[in-house]
Amino acid sequence: MDWITTVDHKKIAILYLWAGGLFFGIGGLEAILIRIQLIKPMNTFLDAQTFNELITMHGTTMIFLGVMPVIFALMNAVIPLQIGARDVAFPFLNSLGFWTFLFGGLLLNLSWVMGGAPDAGWTAYTPLSGKGYSATHGVDFYTIGLQIAGLGTLIGGINFLATIITMRAPGMSFMRMPMFAWATFITSAIILFAFPAVTVGLVLLTFDRILDANFFNVAGGGNPVLWQHIFWIFGHPEVYILILPAFGIISEVIPTFSRKRLFGYSSMVFATILIAFLGFMVWAHHMFTTGLGPVANALFSVSTMLIAVPTGIKIFNWLFTMWGGQVRFTTPNLFAAGFIPTFTMGGVTGVMLASAPADFQFHDTYFVVAHFHYVIVGGLVLGLFAGLHYWWPKMFGRMLSETLGKWTFWTFIIGFHLTFFVQHFLGLMGMQRRVFTYLPNQQFDTLNLVSTVGAFLMGVGMIIFLVNVFLTSRRPADAPEDPWEDGRTLEWTIPSPPPEYNFKQTPLVRGLDAFWKEKMAGHKGMTPAEPVGPIHMPSATILPFLMSVGIFIAGLGFMFSRDEFSSSIMSFLFNNYIVTALGLLITFGSMLMRSLFDDHGWHIEPEELEGR
Amino acid sequence: MMKTWQAGKRLLPMTAALGLLLAGCGREDLSVLRPQGPVAESSYGLMKLSITIMIVVLLIVFSIAAYVWIRFRRKKDQNEIPEQVEGSFKLEVLWTVIPLILVIVLAIPTVKVVFAAGNDHSDDKDAIKVKVTGHQYWWEFEYTDYGITTAQDLIIPTGKHIAFELSTKDVLHSFWVPSLAGKMDTNPDGTVNRFSFSAPNEGVYRGKCAELCGPSHGFMEFKVKSVSGEAFDKWVASMKAPESVMPEDPVLAEKFKSQCLSCHAIGSMPASPVAPSLTGIGSRESVAGILLNDDTREDGAPVLENLKTWLHDPQSVKPGNKMPNPKDKGLSDEEIDGIAEFLAGYTLD
Ligand code: HEM
Ligand SMILES: [Cu+2]
Repeated sequence: MDWITTVDHKKIAILYLWAGGLFFGIGGLEAILIRIQLIKPMNTFLDAQTFNELITMHGTTMIFLGVMPVIFALMNAVIPLQIGARDVAFPFLNSLGFWTFLFGGLLLNLSWVMGGAPDAGWTAYTPLSGKGYSATHGVDFYTIGLQIAGLGTLIGGINFLATIITMRAPGMSFMRMPMFAWATFITSAIILFAFPAVTVGLVLLTFDRILDANFFNVAGGGNPVLWQHIFWIFGHPEVYILILPAFGIISEVIPTFSRKRLFGYSSMVFATILIAFLGFMVWAHHMFTTGLGPVANALFSVSTMLIAVPTGIKIFNWLFTMWGGQVRFTTPNLFAAGFIPTFTMGGVTGVMLASAPADFQFHDTYFVVAHFHYVIVGGLVLGLFAGLHYWWPKMFGRMLSETLGKWTFWTFIIGFHLTFFVQHFLGLMGMQRRVFTYLPNQQFDTLNLVSTVGAFLMGVGMIIFLVNVFLTSRRPADAPEDPWEDGRTLEWTIPSPPPEYNFKQTPLVRGLDAFWKEKMAGHKGMTPAEPVGPIHMPSATILPFLMSVGIFIAGLGFMFSRDEFSSSIMSFLFNNYIVTALGLLITFGSMLMRSLFDDHGWHIEPEELEGR
Repeated sequence: MMKTWQAGKRLLPMTAALGLLLAGCGREDLSVLRPQGPVAESSYGLMKLSITIMIVVLLIVFSIAAYVWIRFRRKKDQNEIPEQVEGSFKLEVLWTVIPLILVIVLAIPTVKVVFAAGNDHSDDKDAIKVKVTGHQYWWEFEYTDYGITTAQDLIIPTGKHIAFELSTKDVLHSFWVPSLAGKMDTNPDGTVNRFSFSAPNEGVYRGKCAELCGPSHGFMEFKVKSVSGEAFDKWVASMKAPESVMPEDPVLAEKFKSQCLSCHAIGSMPASPVAPSLTGIGSRESVAGILLNDDTREDGAPVLENLKTWLHDPQSVKPGNKMPNPKDKGLSDEEIDGIAEFLAGYTLD
């Protein structure tokens, strides 16, 4: 109950982590099944339809439900602490964002048991995703599930923007903000601009499918290529929503374990902003083969290549952060170290893809599969592992085992390169992506086998991580405030895990890497910016949970509103939009409650603060 | 100036070595790395250029990384605080400008080739014009200047530009012959795509569909057969003047007419919009695009056997395809075998 009603950002972080872990596990199982099917030519382990459902759900799950919540978990756990805030700007919305995300994800995954998962690829290109070619409810689960989950992401993004703009501790100017806070800030801005596009797209596709609209239907005057534009105007920035937080994490971990400040801080900030900006200009590089014509192809080619410049700045700044430092290979730093070459490899294949005439060959092949896994897994997932191992003691008060952590790292990264490196060659040798099997004698067999073996090794790495988490959770919570000893930012100045009010007194920030600066000046902790006083706390509430349940019910009701049921009561309820209305009633009812009943929260009094 | 020239000279042998290495990859009739025509060649040229640049970048990053990890590893009882360097304006400008130069080096030829590839030969009198139509899960080729239509096998004369006009009857597909050219999507009516390629050498090249189009997407293959000019003219002539063939047995002929020709076309019948033309199917490279008619190879079989495989259960060959099972149309096993024998013997020339 405590977990359902909480509005504490630290607990919501843990909720995001568990939910993300759950979906990540589902997506991982789907990946293993896909790789088993592709272990040899003409394999019959899965049938073609199931395979297409698996690839669709694997992609959708991993991107929207697997890695995004883990990113949000780390942001929630760390951002208020790093900027010296007691909470996020809108705790109620924070909780609402989590629950809509969770219920959206659950709705999407219900498709497995409710008559067919989406099967048109995670990009859901029309007309294949239209009613005519994808007749089960699969794609409806996709459009409505993602719509609900996306709501949560948008809410989360806005919340972080407001938090970072308004709640930084005294003295923390923007140019004194830790890089992870910067990354969160820019990421949230991208979310704010990119998610509305996909929201619109999903609404249009839902209308096409459920209300027989004609936005993408050629016979009715619609245009299927329009979907691709809408999808990628969102989809490309989405890639940066994923990778910028990883950049942020790496920029925290490397300085800490090199005992040096980040090299070229201001150019890092500048590069981040530039990447976000360019990220919005290059969506059509996913569409070179759609027939945009040479002018568009040339423009999008060149603008895409330009992204290499700010990305290069970042890589060299990280390398030169370690230069002259004292590099310690703890588990988080191992992951950060693995990140640099791996992500660089994904980056350079990106530049190769940017060359349109060459992309005519790369597009929709395993070369592309290799490229985006190098960026998303080799970049983001390694970054998340670095961040999780790094902040785990702060989140849970317990240090993860270093030995198991190192095992996780080595099995995971070796498995990763085995799986995906060979796929570059598969693509160049003529293997298209999204094929449920392949004919023998095309020289694809050995490389596919290697790839599957690698996937299992990555699976082993994941299991070791879970074992580590499990064993750690049974040990006493005795992590010190600054467990890595060289912490540089504010989160390391308070107990692990932090008390519910984070900071007894808001700290006064006197420079970049505020804590490190105080330590170097010979101080034990931060100088407070205020006297001890009562701390205002928001009340726990179940309303966000109820609102999300309502939207979930409304979504299901809308989806089945045109179906024939064997029981007439069911038909009556669904076909007259009664279920939909009921769901919306719950949601709007909860909103009304929220507006009518003022809740001013409560205070923690100074005596209580001192009493501990 | 001197410096860039020297760097170029150093890159040259590396490009050559890389080219050799990559050329060992894959089958000649299928691999992007073994281009068999000028269009694939130009993509391959860009790929070689970009990968050379990228490998140089990787080597630099890897060596700096390896160096700092080893050289600046924290040693036991090393406890002094390292100098907190703010950054270095010079260095940062350096690694902004160098990537910028590399990008320009790649961007110039890219733009050149983009515009060259935009040349689609659609009003070149000398080019062979082919209208390609994608269907779930087969390919139709209409030679507009000759008034003939075929399926699954695209026959082209060597050395000539083939000007394509691409579209689809249902969902998106993507037309791809890796060893001859990059791919191009087939969009539904309204947004017709054009491009062209040519094949200087005789041979059979494997073509694929590269855009997810349903369960049998992976099986939506076709063959490009490039033949000499005379052989091509002969093929066109025999396509244009087909004898009116029918199975000899009148019962079988009736069944074939009523059950198969309701969707398929043969000979001078107008091309059907729902099923591949069967004209000269006995001399095709494959049945259904994937069952190879070549009993000299281990993954091939005689055309008769392939036809039987297909006709006895089309769904098991290509899941989700739109052809009804002949058995469900009231054909007995013997009749199916009979039709298969007839089709196997239905060759051109
Ligand atoms: C017993 C009668 C039939 C025979 C002998 C027959 C024969 C064939 C053959 C040999 C192919 C492969 C063609 C190629 O590779 O070029 C094929 C494919 C096909 N047939 Fe038929 N067919 C028959 C009935 C039908 C009917 C009635 C329909 C339409 C309802 C139909 C629709 C198709 C389609 C859509 C394909 C393409 C499948 C794919 O490759 O995805 N066929 N048929
Ligand atoms: Cu396809």
